Amino acid sequence: MGTTDSSIVDSARARPGLLFVALLGGLLLVDLAAKLAGVGLGPVGGSLSVDRLGSNLWSGIVIGLVIGLAGIGLSMTYSILSFANFSHGDLVSVGAFSGWGIAFLIAGFGEIPVRALLTVRDAGNASPGDIGAHVLTTPVAILVGLLAAFVVTALLAVALDRAFYKPMRDRDGISLLIASIGAALIVRYLLQFVYGSDRRGVTASVEASNLAFDPIGVSVDAHELTILVAAVGLMLAMHAMLQHTKLGTAMRAMADNKDLALITGIPAERVVTATWIIGGGLAGASGYLYVLLRGTIQFDFGWLLLLLIFAAVILGGIGSVYGAIAGGLVIGVVFTTSTIWIPSDFNQAAAFGVMILMLLLRPEGLFGGVTTT
Amino acid sequence: MSAADSPDGDASGGDAADAPGGPEGDADAPESATAAVVEAARESDLGLVIGTLLAIYAAATLLTFTNGLNSVVGLMETLTFLGIVYALTALALNLQWGYTGLFNIGVAGFMAVGVYTMGMVVRSPDPAFGPPGLGLPLPVGIVAGTGMAALLGAVAALPALRLKADYLAIVTLGLSEIVRLSLQSSAFDSFLRDTIGAGTGGGRGMGMPDNPVRDLFLVDGQAGDPTALGDLVFGVFGPDGLGISQPILIGWGYIAVLAVFLVGFYLVLERLGRSPFGRTMKAIREDELVADSLGKDVNLVKIKVFVIGCALMGLAGILWFGSQGNVSPTPQFRPLLTFYVFIAVIIGGSGSNTGSVLGGIVFAAVLFEGPRRVGGTVRGLIDAETPPSFADAVATLDPVTFLAYATENIAPLQFVFLGLVLVFIIHRRPEGILGDRIETAAAVDLSERPAGGETDE
Repeated sequence: MGTTDSSIVDSARARPGLLFVALLGGLLLVDLAAKLAGVGLGPVGGSLSVDRLGSNLWSGIVIGLVIGLAGIGLSMTYSILSFANFSHGDLVSVGAFSGWGIAFLIAGFGEIPVRALLTVRDAGNASPGDIGAHVLTTPVAILVGLLAAFVVTALLAVALDRAFYKPMRDRDGISLLIASIGAALIVRYLLQFVYGSDRRGVTASVEASNLAFDPIGVSVDAHELTILVAAVGLMLAMHAMLQHTKLGTAMRAMADNKDLALITGIPAERVVTATWIIGGGLAGASGYLYVLLRGTIQFDFGWLLLLLIFAAVILGGIGSVYGAIAGGLVIGVVFTTSTIWIPSDFNQAAAFGVMILMLLLRPEGLFGGVTTT
Repeated sequence: MSAADSPDGDASGGDAADAPGGPEGDADAPESATAAVVEAARESDLGLVIGTLLAIYAAATLLTFTNGLNSVVGLMETLTFLGIVYALTALALNLQWGYTGLFNIGVAGFMAVGVYTMGMVVRSPDPAFGPPGLGLPLPVGIVAGTGMAALLGAVAALPALRLKADYLAIVTLGLSEIVRLSLQSSAFDSFLRDTIGAGTGGGRGMGMPDNPVRDLFLVDGQAGDPTALGDLVFGVFGPDGLGISQPILIGWGYIAVLAVFLVGFYLVLERLGRSPFGRTMKAIREDELVADSLGKDVNLVKIKVFVIGCALMGLAGILWFGSQGNVSPTPQFRPLLTFYVFIAVIIGGSGSNTGSVLGGIVFAAVLFEGPRRVGGTVRGLIDAETPPSFADAVATLDPVTFLAYATENIAPLQFVFLGLVLVFIIHRRPEGILGDRIETAAAVDLSERPAGGETDE
């Protein structure tokens, strides 16, 4: 096939696809309206309460914020180092385990053996209630834990870079991708070795932690609110860093055109290190927040989350930080609201389906191929 | 990974790789499949595979000889089975990645589709337990499973036409997860039962049809009712002869069938690789734009490669998991399975069929099964109680106790080791154990000419 007619074929192929997606989206919206109104017309419509839609949307936004936060780091390493980092999900897990270890240490120090606290309840038999970690009762512990998650994961990300990725800076993206799969295996199973393999509860339950917003029928958990504040705060800090500091400008330059950036005298290695610190740190923080949201922890949850993070980054357009956040929100909302139409064990598949459709129809992402971090 | 991608490839590719003597370069490429086998034997490719197997058998014997012949032969059977099934899958992946450069990390999904389709077609419509099937003969099921995997491969090929390698990786991984989650779903199970009358069994999975190899040894597969062949084999090797248990002997019978498939896979792929189609595949791997400019239909070749490769993955899945009694989506068809196969291909050196076979065998024995057995043996030698957790093990400050914990929990350490091996190979030997065996795109190896010194003036 010649290059001249392939563009025609491409656009011809793209249009029916876009048309199909638009039709499908329209149909779903009509169906949603019919469901909300309680009208049933054959396969269309049915019944759905505004409350359920509202709570689905809200939990989608919260999950989306966490995914978007994790996506920022993935998007940054993707655009600056030009490879898909498959160990990113396990950085998310590292943040969760290290952060919660520290949070437990502060929340339960003196009453419960240190080894049970630091290993996030792998050793010993303390229950989450004994430790009592909750943002309403032990806010300092939760906050310090978040900080620790950021710092430990950032350090690990830099260490992994020095050990695994730095020696192969000039290699192609697929070699680096394979190395990152190796790094992912190492990190994930070291976590299992140290912290054990069972899924376990982390947060204590506290009475009256739900804040109801009656007018819109959504009840907001104190932890969800914490996540909202922390995630939005980190994202704003990220925005300020990228737009108003010299480092941010250098990062955007590196992402945009590496050769040009090098010629203009940007210290590439220092920017790469900063990328790992920020990207890894945000990944760790998001893992910590994800566990705060879910209340349970398991050694491979970050890996299972990775494909959703990829979906968010691809949806928003690789290289765009704002795209990653927007993509995270879309994926989160798809994840939770898709249960209105399809069985709940398909919600993850729906999110992946959205990602694949996006790649087929608009590979540059929602934010149209702007590779400014 | 092509040689062009790895700047340090030539520097490190020298010593060990040259010892067995690569078939490329010093021999003319044979034109037929039979000639390929003869050449493989002459160039000691076959010898290399058999030598590796013998070394593995020797290690297995050392590890288990104290427990008697039965466990020695049993371990050999496990290692050979795993080695062959990994080799089969690695060969299929090598066609896509090694020859054509298509980075497909959805192997687990295609295998799952193959084996599940086979199960759904063959299972009885009214089984004692588990989901119903269509009740068709086994060969129909195998063809249907392979065909379904090929069909999914054709669908997966569509993104491959448009996307960069790393995007393709994510799409195929997503696809394999969609397959796994669908098979896991009970809603999908009941939907299939209502529409086509055959279910997947959801998260509980389904029992696999009886293995016909078992019927060769036992009448209707019933234990204690051997056929004439069964009588003969069990008499010589069985409890009355050498004392090897019947399941292990039947396992060896199945391995003979698998070996036939392995030779078949090898011949088909070797033939394919040397055909004009194969040269187009390699040209696409080396430089897609050039292949396109030379008038090759790159898209069509990619679709064909995806379809053939995925069909072979489906067939490998059937041969592998179809013989395992029961399949269920979640522990078996996780993306980890795909990475195992990738590691096997990388170890052998992507682009080489012999390398894929060797990589599969070495991976199964040394990286997959080996550490567990060694860990178990070492644990048996340590006289210490296993602490309940890592923190407790560290808190004792006793290296022996810690070793007891580590060997008891060898599984995670094995994965850490796997990761280290992967990173090490990518860093130091991106061309795999067999080194410079990557099939050259040109019919005549251009790089070898100056060394031959034929026409240099």
